[in-house]
Amino acid sequence: MPHIALPPGHAGIRSAMAFRPETARPLNALVEVLLTGPSTLTRGERELIATYVSSLNCTHFCHSIHGAIAAAHLGGDEALVRQVKTDFTQAAISPKLKALLVIAGKVQKDGKLVTPADVEAARNLGATDIEIHDTVLIAAAFCMYNRYVDGLGTEQPDDEALYRERGRRVARDGYVAVSEEYLTTPATH
Amino acid sequence: MPHIALPEGFPGISAGLTYRPETAKPMRELAHVLLHDANSLTPGERELIATYVSSENNCHFCHSSHGAAAACHLGDPSVVEKVKTDFLSAPVSDKLKALLAIAGKVRQDGKLVTAADVEAARKLGATDIEIHDTVLIAAAFSMFNRYVDGLGTWQPHDPDMYAQMGKHLAAEGYTAPSIRQPLQTT
Repeated sequence: MPHIALPPGHAGIRSAMAFRPETARPLNALVEVLLTGPSTLTRGERELIATYVSSLNCTHFCHSIHGAIAAAHLGGDEALVRQVKTDFTQAAISPKLKALLVIAGKVQKDGKLVTPADVEAARNLGATDIEIHDTVLIAAAFCMYNRYVDGLGTEQPDDEALYRERGRRVARDGYVAVSEEYLTTPATH
Repeated sequence: MPHIALPEGFPGISAGLTYRPETAKPMRELAHVLLHDANSLTPGERELIATYVSSENNCHFCHSSHGAAAACHLGDPSVVEKVKTDFLSAPVSDKLKALLAIAGKVRQDGKLVTAADVEAARKLGATDIEIHDTVLIAAAFSMFNRYVDGLGTWQPHDPDMYAQMGKHLAAEGYTAPSIRQPLQTT
């Protein structure tokens, strides 16, 4: 039961965004740039960072949907996504991505925990400055999205098929295009 | 010393925003809607929420700059200091205290917000949209603070610089940069 009168028929962040389209637009624009914009990190890699941070924050809606989007980008490999959530050090991902996930995990707790050694380790494995920047910002941004979704007490369904289907659509069309589905109806508040 | 080659002379978030304009644009727009656009919460009240969350997160640049913006709106820096140290005894409305309690929980983990917290705010006159915006301001500053700290940005301890930034933010909001030129870093 949400804490405020969010529009019915939407789950998770979609219900909050439908309630307040004025903030929804920059929130969608930010995630679009970070996770789908031009980058030397693949879309699958960036979604894994988002999924990992959301999983550390225990935000069911976010780690489920971004896990599903990551899987869609990674040839449907849901087992890999699960492995990143449970213990990424054992996952079949590049050492560079593992070093970036270490940084993301520290940002999730407190940005001040990131050390020059963490950054140096990522750089030695091939990470560029902009990849490090984007990792920090993806982790920081999901600390926002997760708190937004949880803090309003949004509905967070347990239906894996729903996340799988929507994940494929977001992977294909992007965040801003999909957001038009729930931002077109004017808010009633 | 920043962790990556950020432009020199840009303090705090202005370094990250200058480094990556593509992500700066929506971040600026979000802050502007939340803190500056028309709202039944005053800009001063919203800046106090941002300041309180940033202070709890020990993000010096953010709590100093938003504290300065709040002081500008409220015409009283002592209120800002009181909110940072003990908001329950600050001369702010009971409604704002109830919203700050919600913001403090969102800062830690959104799941800590209870129906009773929301009910308390509502009984003191908070509307749904005010509760929504409080949650999102607290969540957004959980992002801004981590961004500023996670990049190891330069966070000067210069009250005059923050006072100038506060003036700009209070008057202009967030869509235009408050730091346009590199500052002396010594």
